[in-house]
Amino acid sequence: MTDEKIVTSAPDVPVLRTEHLCIQFGGLRAVDDVNLEIKKGELYGLIGPNGAGKTTVFNLLTGVYKPTSGKILLCGKDITGKPPVEINKLGIARTFQNIRLFNNLTVIENVMVGLSNQIPCNMAQSIFRLPRHKASEREMFDRALELLKVFQLDEYKDYLAANLPYGKQRKLEIARAMATNPTLLLLDEPAAGMNPNETQELMDDITFVRREFGMTILLIEHDMRLVSGICENLTVLNFGTELAKGDTATVLSDPSVVKAYLGD
Amino acid sequence: MNRILAFFKKPFVRNYANYLIVGVFTAVFGLLSATGLLKMGTQFLLEQISIAVLLAISLCMVVGFLGELSLGHAGFMCVGAFLGGKLAQALTASMGVAGSNLVVFVFSLLVGGLVAAAFGFMIGLPALRLRGDYLAIVTLAFGEIVRSVVMNLPATLFGGTLGLETPRFSRKYLFIFGFLMVLACLAVTQNLMRSKHGRAIISIKDNEIAARATGIDITKYKLFVFTISSFFAGVAGVLYSYSQSRVQSATFDYNYSIEILVMVVLGGMGSINGSMLAAALITFINVKLQTVLTGNLSVLQNVIYSLILILIVIYRNAPGLKGFREKYNMRTISEKIFKKKQTVAENADTGEEEANND
Amino acid sequence: MDFLTAILNGLSSGGTYAIIAIGYTMVYGIAKMLNFAHGDIIMVGGYAMFTTLLLVNQPIPALAVAIVFCVILGICVERFAYRPLRGSSPLAVLITAIGVSSLLQSLAQIVFGAAPKMPTRLQISGAWTFGELRIAYSTVVTLAVTVVVMSALTVFVKYTKPGRAMVAVSEDRGAAQLMGVNTNAIIAITFAIGSALAAVAAYLMLMKAPSLSNTLGAMPGIKAFTAAVIGGIGSIPGAMLGGILLGVIESVALSIPVLAPFTEAIEFAVLIVILLVKPAGLLGKTRREKV
Repeated sequence: MTDEKIVTSAPDVPVLRTEHLCIQFGGLRAVDDVNLEIKKGELYGLIGPNGAGKTTVFNLLTGVYKPTSGKILLCGKDITGKPPVEINKLGIARTFQNIRLFNNLTVIENVMVGLSNQIPCNMAQSIFRLPRHKASEREMFDRALELLKVFQLDEYKDYLAANLPYGKQRKLEIARAMATNPTLLLLDEPAAGMNPNETQELMDDITFVRREFGMTILLIEHDMRLVSGICENLTVLNFGTELAKGDTATVLSDPSVVKAYLGD
Repeated sequence: MNRILAFFKKPFVRNYANYLIVGVFTAVFGLLSATGLLKMGTQFLLEQISIAVLLAISLCMVVGFLGELSLGHAGFMCVGAFLGGKLAQALTASMGVAGSNLVVFVFSLLVGGLVAAAFGFMIGLPALRLRGDYLAIVTLAFGEIVRSVVMNLPATLFGGTLGLETPRFSRKYLFIFGFLMVLACLAVTQNLMRSKHGRAIISIKDNEIAARATGIDITKYKLFVFTISSFFAGVAGVLYSYSQSRVQSATFDYNYSIEILVMVVLGGMGSINGSMLAAALITFINVKLQTVLTGNLSVLQNVIYSLILILIVIYRNAPGLKGFREKYNMRTISEKIFKKKQTVAENADTGEEEANND
Repeated sequence: MDFLTAILNGLSSGGTYAIIAIGYTMVYGIAKMLNFAHGDIIMVGGYAMFTTLLLVNQPIPALAVAIVFCVILGICVERFAYRPLRGSSPLAVLITAIGVSSLLQSLAQIVFGAAPKMPTRLQISGAWTFGELRIAYSTVVTLAVTVVVMSALTVFVKYTKPGRAMVAVSEDRGAAQLMGVNTNAIIAITFAIGSALAAVAAYLMLMKAPSLSNTLGAMPGIKAFTAAVIGGIGSIPGAMLGGILLGVIESVALSIPVLAPFTEAIEFAVLIVILLVKPAGLLGKTRREKV
C-alpha cells in the first residue's frame, strides 16, 4: 500500500521539506523557488501580502496543483505530484481560507467523515450491518465527540454545519482536519473574519492541540498578533518568492518585510 | 394523535418504518392476489409501481445523494430489460419451461442487473472527470446510444423496431417479487447511506474539494454509486420485460428518464421515502389516467407534471423565497396544527436523518 | 461524388445545428445554465409559422411573426422560470429547464394535436446540378443564413455596447454588476437573441422537410446541444465548429449503409469521446475552481 501513513523515522528528519518548489500558471510564476523546512512539533508561519502565493503553496502541498518543478518531502519521503486524497492519507490535512464544510451533515458527522480512514469498515460490512459496522460507528462517534470537546463544539454536535456561527465553523474545519490524524496540519488563515475574543480562543486551541497531540503545524496568517504570539519561525512570501525566513522576531523586524507589508 | 406521532419518532421505528410499511403492503396484497381476490388491473398497477419505486430509489442515490444529474436512467433499465428479457426468452425456450419458472426468473434478474451495473460502472468513469451539466449530457447521450443500438441491431437479436418478445411471469405473483426487490434495494441504499460511506457520499456532494482533502476516496464512491444504482435500474428493467409480452426500445427514451427524475425531485431530492411515495403516486395516476384521458388529452398529465416539477424546484430552491419557505414549511405547519413546540434538543435527536433528507 | 454530396448535406444540416447551438452556448456563457427548453422554442417557432401561414400565405411574414413570438416566449421563460432560481444550484436550474421543455411539448400537442402538420409553403425544393453533383437550394440558403448570423453576432458582441456587456457578464457577473451593467437586462437580451435564432432554425428545418410535430425541436435540440458541448460550451465559434462537425459526421454516417442505422449512436459516442479527451470541449476554456 502506498497510502500507509508516513511517520517520522528519526527526530532530525524534518516533517516537511520543500526543495525549489515552483509552479507556473501561463506566464506567471505564482510560486518560485520556495524552500520550507519544518521540524517535528514546530508551529511555522507562512506570511506575506495578498497574492503572494501562500494559498498556492498549500495547494501544492496538498496535491490540488502539481508543481512545475521542485520536490515536496513529507518526513523525508517524496510525495510530489500525488493526488489530494492520497496526500491526506499519507498525513497532511488542511483547512481552507474560504470555509469548506459539509453543510448537509451535522457538526459531529463532519468530524466523523474525517475519521473515515482511521476506523476500518468496508461497504459490505455496512450494507449487511455486520457487527464491525456497529462497532466502528460507535468508535467514530466517541472519537469525534472527544475532538469536538477539544474545540468546545460538543454542545453543537447535532447542528447542521451550515448553521454554526462563523468562528465555530472555522474551528470545526480544524477539528475535521485533525480527525484524519495528520502528521502535518495546514491552517489557511484560521483567524480570518474572527473578532479579537474568537482569535484569542483560537490561539489557545491551536496551542492546546499542539501540546496535546504533538502536532506539527504550518499556518498562513494575516493577523500579525496571532503570528507573533504563537509561531516560532516564519517564511515571508512576496510575489511567489521567499522574502525572508527565520525566527519570528528577527523576520518581523527585517526592513524588507516591513516594506513589503506597508509599501514604500 | 400525539401518541401516534411519538411512536413514529422513536429511532427504531423511524429507521425501519418504511420496511414495515412496504412489507405489510406486499404481504396483504400478496395474500389477496394468491387467493384470487385481486383484479388483473390491480396486479398490473402493483407491478408497475414496484418497478417505478425501484427506479426512483436507485436514481435517488445518484441525483439526491451523490448530487450528479443522470438523464439516462432509462438506458440502464433498457439494458436490463433487453438482456434479461433475451436471456429469459432463450432459457425458457431451450429448457421448455413456462415463463413463471422461478430459476430462470431469478437468474435473468441477476444477469440483467449485473450487465446494467457494468454499464453503470462505465458511465461512472466519465463522471470522475466531468462535472454537473457535462455529466448530465453524457448520461443523456448514453441513454440514447443504448436505445438506438438496441433498436437497430439485427431483428434476430433484440427484435429490432418491433421489439423483443419476452416470457411473461404469472401476473398473480410478479408484483410480489417486484416488491421484494424494492425491499432489497431499500435495505442496500438505506444501510449504505446510514453509515460512514453514506456520510462520505454526501460530503462529496457538499464539497468535493474538501472531501478530497479529508481523504475521501472520490473515485471509489462515485463508481460505486453509479454501479449499484444501475444494478437496480437493470433489475427494474428485467421486471418490466417480465410484465410485458413485448418490450420495445422506444419505451426507454429520454422522456422516460425524465419521468424517473420527476419522481426523485418530487420526493424531495435525497429522501428515499419521498422518492418511493412520489414514484407510487405518479405511477398510480399514470395508469389510472391512461383509461380516462385519450387522444390529445393524454398528454395533459405531462403538462401537470412539468408544471409541478417547475413549481416545486422553484419553491424549494429560489433564493427569493427563503423567508417564505422558513415561514411555511412542513415542520412549522405541523407544529401549529399539533400546538407542539419542539426544543432544540428534540430536533437534535432526529438530526441524523434530517441531514440526509435535505 | 456521393461523398461530396454527403459533405454538402452535412454542411447544410451542420449550419442549422450551429444556429441552434449558438442559442445554447450564449445562454450558457452568460446565465451559466443549460437551457434545455431551447429545442422546444424551435418547435414553438414552427407552429407560429404554421399558424401565420393560415392567415397570410407568405413565408417571410411567417418567419417574422415566429421570431417575435419566440423572442417573447424566451424572455417570459427566463423571467418566470429561470430568474427566480438565479443563485441557486445548477441542478435546480437544469431540472426546471427540463420541466419547461416538457411543458412546451405537451402544450403544443394539446393545442395542435399529435399528427404532424405540413407547412409546404415553407419548403424550398430544387437544386443546381453540376454533372453528378447536386446542390440543393436549401443548402445554399442554410449556409448563407449561417454565415450572416455568425458575422452579425460577431459584430454585435465585439462592437456594440450590449454585446460587450454580454462578454463582461459572462466573464464575471458580479464584477459586471458592480461596473453598472444591468445583468438582468443582459441575460434577457441573450435569451431574446437565442430564441430569435431558434425561430430561424425552425424555418431552416421546415424549409428542407416541411413536417411539423411537437417533437420537432427535441432531437435537433439535443444534438445541437451536443454540438455546443463538443465545440466548447460558452464559445460562439465553438458552437459553429461543433455544429458543422456534427452535421458532417451525421451526413457521412447516413451515407454509409452499414453505419446508417447507428448514426445517432455514433454522434453521441463522438460527444462522449471528445468530452473525455477534452472535458471543456474543443474550443472551451477550462476554468479552475479557486481553492
